[in-house]
Amino acid sequence: MIRTRSRLNTLSVYAVIYLIFLYAPVAVLPLFSFNDSQYITFPLLGFTFKWYAQLADSQGLQNALINSLKVGLSVAFLSTVLGIFAAKAVTRYRMRRSGLLISFIMVPLVIPEIILGISLLMTFSVGGIKLSLITVGIGHLMLCTPFSMLVLISRMEGFDKSYEEAAQDLGENAWWTFWRVTFPIILPGVVASFLLTFTISFDEFILAFFLAGTDATLPLHIWSQLRFPDKLPSVLALGAIIVMVSTVVIFAAELIRRGGVDLGNKSKV
Amino acid sequence: MSEVIISINNVIKDFGSVRAVNNADLDVLKGEFFSLLGPSGCGKTTLLRMLAGFELPTEGTIHIDGQDVTLSPPNIRPVNMVFQNYAIFPHLNVAQNIAFGMRKSGLSKQELHEQIEQMLELIKLPGYGDRGSNELSGGQRQRVALARALIKQPKVLLLDEPLGALDKKLREQMQIELRLLQQQVGITFVFVTHDQEEALTLSDRIAVMNQGNIIEVSTPGSLYEQPQSRFVADFIGTMNFFDCTLKDFSDGIAIGEASELGNVKIATPQTIVSPGNEFTLAVRPEKFSISFEQPDQQYNSVLGRMGPSAYLGDRSHLYVHVEGREYPISVALQNLTGVLDQMYTTDRKVWLTWSDDSAVMLPMEG
Repeated sequence: MIRTRSRLNTLSVYAVIYLIFLYAPVAVLPLFSFNDSQYITFPLLGFTFKWYAQLADSQGLQNALINSLKVGLSVAFLSTVLGIFAAKAVTRYRMRRSGLLISFIMVPLVIPEIILGISLLMTFSVGGIKLSLITVGIGHLMLCTPFSMLVLISRMEGFDKSYEEAAQDLGENAWWTFWRVTFPIILPGVVASFLLTFTISFDEFILAFFLAGTDATLPLHIWSQLRFPDKLPSVLALGAIIVMVSTVVIFAAELIRRGGVDLGNKSKV
Repeated sequence: MSEVIISINNVIKDFGSVRAVNNADLDVLKGEFFSLLGPSGCGKTTLLRMLAGFELPTEGTIHIDGQDVTLSPPNIRPVNMVFQNYAIFPHLNVAQNIAFGMRKSGLSKQELHEQIEQMLELIKLPGYGDRGSNELSGGQRQRVALARALIKQPKVLLLDEPLGALDKKLREQMQIELRLLQQQVGITFVFVTHDQEEALTLSDRIAVMNQGNIIEVSTPGSLYEQPQSRFVADFIGTMNFFDCTLKDFSDGIAIGEASELGNVKIATPQTIVSPGNEFTLAVRPEKFSISFEQPDQQYNSVLGRMGPSAYLGDRSHLYVHVEGREYPISVALQNLTGVLDQMYTTDRKVWLTWSDDSAVMLPMEG
C-alpha cells in the first residue's frame, strides 16, 4: 500500500514537471502580450490591451490572415477528399502491394520540410510556374494528405464492409451507398481530418517560405514582423490568439473523432 | 411448388489458386426453405454471395426467376440478404433501417409508414421504430435485418448463418419463428449454416457441401436415414461405420460379412460396393436395441461389453466395446425410466441388434 502510494507520487511529480516543460513557454506568450512594455523582461509593468488593438489596425496582418484561411480551407478540403478516396481504396479493394503503396504516400511525413520545399521550388521554376498562394497550397497538400489518410484509414478499417454490402443489396449503387452509408459512418473521421489538415496548413512556415510569391501567409507575416522590435508585442498578442484557437480546434477534432456513432462491432461474435 | 426459382449451372469460383466452389449445379424451387450445409471453409458462404452478387463466378451461370444474373451487380438482383452480423446501419434508427431499401419504391410517406408498421408487427417488434440501432439485443437486430430485407418483397431471401450469434435457447426460438415466418410470407429462403441440427429442423431440402463440392442434395429425412456418402453420414448426426464384404444379393436383400459384427443383412434396392465387393455399413446409434440375453437371430447381432455412458437428460449415450474394434459402438437409448445407470454397469455383457432396414450401405472410402 505504502509502496504503491510513493510510486504514484514519483510518477505524479514527473507528470507535473513534464506538463510545465510543455506549457510554460506557451504560457509566456499570453503573459507578455498583456504587458505594458515593448521589451520582454521581468518585472511586468502593467496590464494593457493595446497590443491587441494594434493588431486590428494592421492591414498587412489582415491580408496575411485571409491568405492563410484561403490556403488552409482549400488544402483541408482537398486533402480530406483525397484521403477519403485513398482510404476507400486501401481498405475496400483487394489491392496488390497496398502496404507498399501506403508507405510511399507516407514518405512526405519523414522527408525534412526544407528538402521538400527546395525540391518543390525547383520543380515549379523548371516548369515555369509562378509562385503564388496556389503553389503554397500544392506544397501543403503534399504535406497534409498523408495525415488525412491516416485518420480516415483507421476510421474506415473500424467498420465492417457488410454495411456497404447491405446498402448495395437493398438496391443502392456505389454513389448512393457512399452518401447514405459510408459517409455518415466515417463523418467523425472526415471532420477530424478537415480540422487537423487545416491546422497543419495554417501553422506551416518552411514550405510557405519557399513557395509563396508576393502574398504572405500568416506565419510568414509574423516572421517578417520580428525584424522590428516595436512590433514584437503585437506578434505576441497574435501568437496568443493562434494558440487559443488551435487548442480549441484540436480538442474539438479529437472529441468528434472519438465520438460519433457506435459502429456496432459489439454485436459481432 | 415445382417451379424452379434459382438455377445454378456448373458454377466455379476461384480465389487466386484456391477453388472455393467447384462445379456447383443446383436448382432451388419456388417457396422452398433451402439450406447450404457444411463445415467452415466448404464454400457455402461463397455460393450464397454469388447468388447475392457480391462475388462473380469464375465459370458457369446463375439464373434467378428465369433471368440470367450471373454478372449482375447486387443492387439490381431480385434477392435480399440477411448478413451474419446483421449489418444494421448504426447511424439510423429501426424504422429508418427498415425503410432503407424503399427509396425508389414510389410510395407516399404515409404508405411507407404503414408498411414499416406492418413489418414491425410481422417481426413482433411493434413500437420499436424510434429505437436506436445500438439499443437492440442480438435477437432484435436479427429481426430488424429480416424486416429490412422482407419489405423489399424479394423473390429469394438469402440468410448467412443468421442464428450463429445467438445463445442456444434464443436460437431454438428463432428457428421456429424463422420457419413460421417463411411459411407466412411464402418467399424462397436460401439459408447457410454449419449447424446440421439447425439445417434438419428448418429445411425443406439441404445441399451438403465439403471442400467446394456439393456432396448431396436431399430432404432432411433422407439425408439422415439414407445418406449416399460417408461424408454426409458422418457430418449429419452420429454414425457407426463398419467395414464389410458383400456375400450375396437378391430380392432387395444384401448379405454381408463384417469382421467386427459377423453376418449382416441389409434391405436395399441396390447394392453399393467398391472393388473387391467391399462396402461400409453405417448404423445410427438409436437404431440399436440392447439386451442381456443372446437374441435368436442369425444376422445383425453382436456381443459386446459396456463401456462408459453419458447421461444427456432425455436420452443416454452408451458406448459398447466389441472385440476387434478400436472404437466403441455408440448406442443411444431413450431414458424411459430413470434407472439406466444401475442396469448398464461397466463391463457388463450386452447384445446389440438392429433391423435389416435400419442400416445403410455406403461405398468404402480411403
